[in-house]
Order: sequence, then structure tokens, then C-alpha cells
Amino acid sequence: MRRALALAAILVAVAALLYAPQVLSRYGNFVLASWLVIAIAAMGVNLIMGYAGQESLAQAGFMGIGAYITAHMLKGGSLAFDLFWIYPVVLTWTPFSMFSAIAASALATFLMGILIAFPSLRVQKHYLAFVTLAFTVFLWLVFRNEEWLTGGVFGIQDIKRPSVFGFEMSPSRRHYANFTYFVIAMTAIAAFVMWWIVHSPWGRAFTALRENALRAESLGIDVTGYKLLAFAIGSAYGGIAGSLYAPLVEFIDPSPFALAPSLLFLLMIVVGGMGSLAGPFIGAAVAVVLPLFIEKWQSELVANGFAIFSHFSYVIIFSILVITTIAIAPRGLAGLFADLTKPRRRPHSDDKGARLGEVKS
Amino acid sequence: MTDFVQLIISGLATGAIYALAAIGFTLLWQTSQTINFAQGEFVMLPAFFALAGMTALGLPFSLAALFAVACSLAVLGFAFKFLIVDPLIGQKGTLPLVISTIAVALLLKDGAKEFYSAEGQRFPTILPNDVVAIFGLKISLDQIGVLVIAVATIALLQWFLAGTRTGRQMQATAQNPTVARILGVNVERMILLTFLINAGLAAIASLLISPIYLVKFSNGEVLGLTAFVAAIVGGFNQVRGAIAGGLLVGVLDNLAAAYVSSRYRLAVPLLLLVVIILFRPQGLLGRKEERSV
Repeated sequence: MRRALALAAILVAVAALLYAPQVLSRYGNFVLASWLVIAIAAMGVNLIMGYAGQESLAQAGFMGIGAYITAHMLKGGSLAFDLFWIYPVVLTWTPFSMFSAIAASALATFLMGILIAFPSLRVQKHYLAFVTLAFTVFLWLVFRNEEWLTGGVFGIQDIKRPSVFGFEMSPSRRHYANFTYFVIAMTAIAAFVMWWIVHSPWGRAFTALRENALRAESLGIDVTGYKLLAFAIGSAYGGIAGSLYAPLVEFIDPSPFALAPSLLFLLMIVVGGMGSLAGPFIGAAVAVVLPLFIEKWQSELVANGFAIFSHFSYVIIFSILVITTIAIAPRGLAGLFADLTKPRRRPHSDDKGARLGEVKS
Repeated sequence: MTDFVQLIISGLATGAIYALAAIGFTLLWQTSQTINFAQGEFVMLPAFFALAGMTALGLPFSLAALFAVACSLAVLGFAFKFLIVDPLIGQKGTLPLVISTIAVALLLKDGAKEFYSAEGQRFPTILPNDVVAIFGLKISLDQIGVLVIAVATIALLQWFLAGTRTGRQMQATAQNPTVARILGVNVERMILLTFLINAGLAAIASLLISPIYLVKFSNGEVLGLTAFVAAIVGGFNQVRGAIAGGLLVGVLDNLAAAYVSSRYRLAVPLLLLVVIILFRPQGLLGRKEERSV
């Protein structure tokens, strides 16, 4: 029954997603695609945190790596060839450029993930959090200071949305929906791969890790190896999201890849539901789509004389939401929803039955 | 050479402030397993309390400083413990608390920005900023003043921890809460005391560092990072370690800004952190054995 319900929900969601780009405005398409891109990055954090029990404070930084790599490959200037000389020229040729950019971003962030997680996983529990924190700050310094590579604070402009399989994806009136469809397809693939990772026999180790790391270890699972793998795959999801983010916004600068956005990813997962497949989507919706509505309500309230509300930025509301969610619903909104839809089961033994030491007649 | 010594002295002055933040961080971790990711924001906020005391209540600076300490004890001590930490006791692992303190960090940062100002604010100082020449070194008195106040605070804290009955009870709580409870220590009170000490240290650090940098809502990012690095470099489970780590990071930071590159000065403590984690994960003064959590 619940399985059927979940399947129906997924089908309705897919149908709505396929229909939405046609009816939404250009701005609506932008919001929809942003939500999905953020959700892809959040899926990575979910794997790292919800399954491997590690904190990554670097997801926005990994998004930045993917975004800058993609910006260079799509712009295809001389720098792109200098930097990616290992890539055959054919891969930066237009029809393949988007896919090779995604692949390059995923590969780079995967390797980077292994590189920073390896030393810190050997030692104490929370050291990965501190190392990723340091890594994000360091990346931000690089993004801001290395003008030859990243354009510094001015960033990289005019990133063209490429065409894929002959579909034009430019943000013009006729084509903007195509890019949204492309993002939807990529999200579907990413979500399916994530589902496979946690459900395949090989991926069950991740679930074992989540349930009880100590027991997993005693069952012969290489806990550190799987944590490392989870971190690297999760970071690669960040890279892929960044790779989609660059052509989505067509202009990148260091600010969305700083420390605060990285922290927001963590909070998103907690609100959405850690260790659940729907969690990243719910969390990203709360973080990306909700602020747009709140902004509207807020300006109405302020216009009606409640000037105090002009001070409540979205971050303030969101962080209070997170603090209360952790305290009252540790499994997030997804967990709350699951609890509400779960059929109420009667306790197996009735209360008047045998207690310890009593003989039930 | 004189430049070098002057850099060392000013580095020690800021390092002593970092040490205050790092000590609070270490104490919280020891007694309540709270990894406070909002520690930087805890140091950022009291200066805003002082500014608010001066502008909104019209207090002179000395009273505003006391007002800031009182507000810090109330908000960063009591409220933080009762509203944020206590509701999470009993949840599995330390992850919920980590996330919650991250949310607190964002809340305080944006709160200071939205409710006070996004602009950097000048902050008054009670210390003289004359420069005196000793043995050909130009030393500014406010740096010496900062160093003296910070060292005095640390010394007072050390005396409290080692020399008083309450302080020893706190240490017992940090080492083994269960045994401490059996021996009649009021563990709950000791934990509350730790939160208050942390809030007090943060307030002092804030009042000392704010005349050096402008008071800005985003100050907490760098301060927090530096405090983490100082605590880990020195040894996570040691107050002595936090002091050594703070001073080391302060000096290195200052030397890096002068001799390497001011744009990458922040990268030097980060590099130090990675080196320590690779080669001496228990920290410079840390002991290898850890308490089980």
C-alpha cells in the first residue's frame, strides 16, 4: 500500500515536472532548474552525512570547482585548452562540450574529495568537518584572488548554454524550456544513480554504515574505505551540480561558493530529512523556492506597517526552522511525512497481557 | 630584525585573543561534548552588544562593556545552553548538535547584519594607542595592553580550574562525568558553569579584538576558523594546548601577512591545520589517549 502510494507520488511528480517547463515563465523555469541543481548537490551531502555520518562543509566549494571548469570548457578559450590539454579537442567540440564538462567536473571533484578526505578520515571523528571547512575557505580565496583563472571578484561572464543532441538551449524565448528539460533529465539520472548506490547489494554497505558503523565494521565492511567513497561520490555530485549551475546562471563569481552556502547545504539536508531519498529535494525546495514566497509576504507585511519584518532575512527564518526541526523532528520533513502516512499499527500484545514475570492465562 | 620582533609582538597580542576563543571552545568540548561551530560568531556578537549599549541606551563605553559581558552571559551562556543544547540531549551522536550550532552561527551572523548594520563599525578602546620605543623597537601600548589583559584572564582561569574547589569539580566533570557524579559533584551545574565561562571568554575576546578590526557581522567566519585551528593545533583536549595553539596561529598569521601575501594570510592557519592533522593529529600538546564519547 505504501509502496503503491510512493510510486503514485513519484509518477505525479514526474508528470508535473515534464509539464511545468511548458507553462512556467522564463523566470519560473529558472527557479525550477535552480531547485533541481541545488537538489543534486544536496543529494551528495545526503550521502556523506545521512549515510556515512560525516559532515561536509565544502559542498558549495565543490560546486564552485565544477562551475569554473565548466565555464572554461564551454567558453573554450585558449585557457581551456591550456588547462585541459589531456582532453582530446573533440570533447570541447560543441555537441559534446556539455557532457565532457560534466564528466570533467565530476572527475575533478571526485579526486579532490579523495584527496581531502583521506588524511582526515584516519583520525578523529569531526576532523573531516574542520578540514572541509578549511578547504572551502581556501577555495574561496583562490576563486577570489586568482584572476587569470577565475576572473577574481568579477567572475566569468557570458557562459553560453550549449546545445545538446541538436537541441538549442539558449535562454531565448523559444529555447529556455529545453535547458530546464536537460536539467530535469540530469536530475533524474543523478537521483536514479543515488537510489542504486543505496539499494544495490554493493551499496547496502552505506546503509549498514548509517545504521550502526561499529556493527558494520565487525561484519567485515571496510568502514573507512566506504566513508571515503561516500565522501568522494558526494563531492562529485557537488561538481556535477556546479557544472549545471554555470550555464544556468550564465555568469559565475566567488560569492555563491563561499562558506555560508556550504553550511546551508548541511541545514537543507537536516530540514528535508537526513538519509532519505526525498530529503534533498524537500530541503532544496525549502531553501530555494520558499524564500521567493517569503520575500513577497514580507514586502506586503512591511507595506502594511509591520516594519520589524524587514529585518527577518530568509537566513534568519531558515536557521530558526533548522534549530526547531532538529529538536522536534530529527528525521526532518521527510521523516515527519513518513510518520504521518504510516498506517497506525496496533501493538502486538495488548496492554493487559503478560508483563515480565506474569503468567498469561 | 626589529620589524620581525614587532611582528612577533603584535602576533602574540592577536594570538592571545585567539587563545581566549580557543579555550572556550575546548572547555565546551571537554565538559559537554559540544563542538561549537558558532564560536566565531560568539566572539563577533558581544561587540555589537556594546555598540547597542552605547547607541541605544546611551551608556559610556565602560558601562557598555559591562553590559556586553552581561548580555553575552545571558544569550551565549544561558540561552545557548537551555534553548539549543539541552533539547538535543539524548539524540543519537553529536551530529544534531553540530548542525544546530551551525544554524546558530548563521542566525547570529544574519541577525547582527539585519538588526544592527551590514557596515563595519568603529569600536572604541580604553587602551592608550601611544607608541613607545624600547631598545629601538617601536611597540604600541595597546598591543601590550591586549596581551596583558588576555594573559591575566587566562591566568585567572587557570587558577580557578586548578586552585579552587569548583574548578577542580569542573575538571572532574570534564574527565569523567559519571565518576564525578558518583563523587558528589553537581555535574549539571558544572556544565552550566562551562557555558558561562565560554560566554565570558568570548565577550572579553570580542572587546579586545574589536578595536583592531572593525566590528562587522562577518568577523565570526575568520575568528571561528582561527579558534578551531588553534584548538586542534594545540591539542583538542587540553586548555594548555588551546593557549599554545592560539599564540602560534596569531604569530604565524601576522608573519604570513607581512612576508608571504596578505591576500593568502588566511591560508596559512589552514595549511598549519592540514599539516597537524597529517602528522600529529592529537595536537602539539595533546595526549594520544582520548576519552571515549
